[in-house]
Amino acid sequence: MIVGLLMLSSTITSLTVVLIVFFLFKEGVAVFEKKPVEDGYTIVINKNNKVRKLTSEEIKNIYDQKTTFWSQLGAKHDSIILFRVEDIANFYTEDQIGANFENLPSCLSSIVDSIPGIIAFFPEKYLAKNFKGKQLDIDKVSLKEFFGGEEWYPTAQPSAQLGVKPLILGTLWVSFGAILLALPLGLAAAIYMSEIADERIRRIMKPLIELLAGIPSVVYGFFGLVIIVPIIQKIFNLPVGETGLAGSIVLGIMALPTIITISEDAMRNTPREMKEASLALGASKWQTIYKIVIPYSISGISAAAILGIGRAVGETMAVLMVTGNAAVIPHSILEPMRTIPATIAAELGEAPSGGLHYKALFALGCILFVITLVINLTVEFVSSRRKGGNH
Amino acid sequence: METTNENRISKSKDRHQKAAFFVFAVLGYFIVTILIAILSFIVIKGASVISWDFITKMPEEGMTKGGIYPAIIGTLYLVAGSMLFAFPIGVLAAIYMNEYVSDGVAKKFIRLMTNNLSGIPSIVFGLFGMALFVNKLGFGDSILAGSLTLGLLALPVVIRTTEEALKAVNDTFRHASYGLGATKWQTIRRVVLPMAFPNIITGLILSIGRVSGETAPILFTVAAYFLPKLPTSIFDQAMALPYHLYVISTSGTNIEESRPIAYGTALILIIIVLVCNLLANALRKYFNNKVKMS
Repeated sequence: MIVGLLMLSSTITSLTVVLIVFFLFKEGVAVFEKKPVEDGYTIVINKNNKVRKLTSEEIKNIYDQKTTFWSQLGAKHDSIILFRVEDIANFYTEDQIGANFENLPSCLSSIVDSIPGIIAFFPEKYLAKNFKGKQLDIDKVSLKEFFGGEEWYPTAQPSAQLGVKPLILGTLWVSFGAILLALPLGLAAAIYMSEIADERIRRIMKPLIELLAGIPSVVYGFFGLVIIVPIIQKIFNLPVGETGLAGSIVLGIMALPTIITISEDAMRNTPREMKEASLALGASKWQTIYKIVIPYSISGISAAAILGIGRAVGETMAVLMVTGNAAVIPHSILEPMRTIPATIAAELGEAPSGGLHYKALFALGCILFVITLVINLTVEFVSSRRKGGNH
Repeated sequence: METTNENRISKSKDRHQKAAFFVFAVLGYFIVTILIAILSFIVIKGASVISWDFITKMPEEGMTKGGIYPAIIGTLYLVAGSMLFAFPIGVLAAIYMNEYVSDGVAKKFIRLMTNNLSGIPSIVFGLFGMALFVNKLGFGDSILAGSLTLGLLALPVVIRTTEEALKAVNDTFRHASYGLGATKWQTIRRVVLPMAFPNIITGLILSIGRVSGETAPILFTVAAYFLPKLPTSIFDQAMALPYHLYVISTSGTNIEESRPIAYGTALILIIIVLVCNLLANALRKYFNNKVKMS
C-alpha cells in the first residue's frame, strides 16, 4: 500500500509534464484551424470582382490603405473602396434602415451590388438571404504566416496578424544581450571565488549570491524600471528608456547567480592532485587556472552558460516591466522589444477564452516550451558527459 | 645568462598573474557591489514606508495610500495552499526515488522529467494552470487554482532537496536498522526520515521563499488587481504581493503617487526571501551541531 502511494507520488512530475504538453499543444495547435477573421464576421466584395481569396496580410494592407487598387491583387483596375457597417449612414437614413436594423441586410446587399470596387466587413448575421455580392474565401492561419509573418497584431480588425517573428527576435536579442553581459562577469567572479579569494571572503560572497538567486523577478523588474530605465534613457538620449538593452541588463543581473554558482561548483571539483601537479611543474597559479582548472571544468561552465540562457529566455515579469513591449522587428538593442513570455503575460488577460487570440498565445507557449526543453536536454547531455568522461 | 632568462620568464609570468588576478578581483567585487546596491536601494527606499499600518491596513485612494494587508494575506494563503499540495507529494516521491527504485531506466526517466519540469518557464505554468484548473476543472480564478499551479512549480524543488537530504543519511544506519530486524518502511520511518528531517525542512523553507515571489503563474489563475476584502473561501480571488508590486509599478493612473507603496511592497518581498534563507541556514547549522554532538 505504502509503496503504491510512494510510486504514485513519484509519477506526479512526469504526469504534470505530460499534461502541460497536452494542454499547451491542444490549444496551441488549434490556432491553425482558425481563420484570422473574428468568428461571426464576414468579408464581402462585389460579385463581378475576380478576387476570390485573400490572405490576412493582404486584407490588412487593404484596410491600412497600402493596397488601393484591385489590380494589385490580380483583378480589374478598380480602386478599392473600404466599407464598414458604420458607413451605412452615408447611404441610407435611419428610417430606411429601420429602428431595429431590420432592413440592414438588404441595404448592405444593394450597396455591395452597386459599387464595383467595394470591400465590406460586417457581422454574418447581416448577410441577406439573397445576398447579391460575394463572400471572400479566407484561409485558416498557416504555419508560414505564423512563423514568417512580420507583424503581431492579434486583435487587428478585420483580420488578425499573427506573425511571431518580431517576438522570437525580441526574445533572442534580449536573451543574448543578457548572456553577453553575464557570462564574462559571472565566470570572472566564479574564478575569483573558487581559485583566488580567501576562504573567508568566499564564505561571505557565496551566500550573498545565493540569496540574490532567490529574490523574486518582479523585484528585479521594479529595480530596472526605477533605476536602469531612466539611466539608459539619459545616456543614449532616447525618447523612452524601456529598451531591449534595459531587459538585457536586468536579465543579465538575474542570470549571474545561476552562472556563478554552477561554474564555481564545477571549478572547485577540479581534483587537487591535478592542480598541485601543475604547480609543481613550475606553472604559476594563473597558468594553472587557465590551463588546468578551466579546461577541466569546461562542461560545467557550458552547462552554466546554457542554463543562464534558459533562465533569460523564459523570464517573464522583469522583461515585461522594462523592455517597452513593442511588437516590431528590432533593429537595434536600443529599441523597445517584446519577448514571447512577456507577450503571453501581457495579453492573456484580455484574450477571450477559446478565441483565436487565446489559442495564438498558447501556440507561443508551445514555442517557449520547446525552446526550454531543448535547453534542458542539452544541459542534461553536457553534464552527463562530464560524469562519464575521463579527463 | 640562463638564470637571468629564467628570471625574466618568471617575472613576466608573475606580471601576467598579477594583472589577471587584479581583473578577476575587480570584476568579482563589481558584481557583489551591484548586488548589494540593488538590495540596499530597495531597503533604504522601502524602510521609510513600512509601518504597522502599512502591513495591517487595506489599500486606500486608488492604492496611493493605505496598506497592503490583503496582498500579504493572499500570499500567505497561496504559500500555505501550494505547500500543502507540494510538500507531502514531493517528500513521498523523493522517498520512493531514493529508497525504493534501483538505478535504471525508470529512475533516469523520472529524474529527467523532474528536471524538465523545473526548467519550464513560470509563465508556461501560468498558461497550464489557466487551461487545466481555471477552465477545464472549473475552479475559476481562485486561491485553489493558484495554489495548485504554484504547487506544481515547487514540486521539483521539494523533490530535489528531499532526495539530497535522504542521500546524506549514511547507509550504515539503514544496515544497522535492518540488522535489528526492522522492515524497510520501519527503517525509513524510524531511522532515515528523522535523520533527514532538518534538511527536508530546510528545503521546505527555501521553496516557500521561491513560491511567495512568483508572479507569472498567478497572473491568470488567482490574482486580483484590487479587492477591498479578504478572501473567505478557496474559490475566491485574492491579491498577492508580487502581483501587487507589478500592478502598482506599471499600470494604473497614479504610478508616481503609488511609488512609495511599491518600494514598501518590494522590501516586504525581499524580507520574506531573506528570512527564509536565514532561517534555512540557521536550522541547518543548529541541527548539524546537534548531530555532531550526539
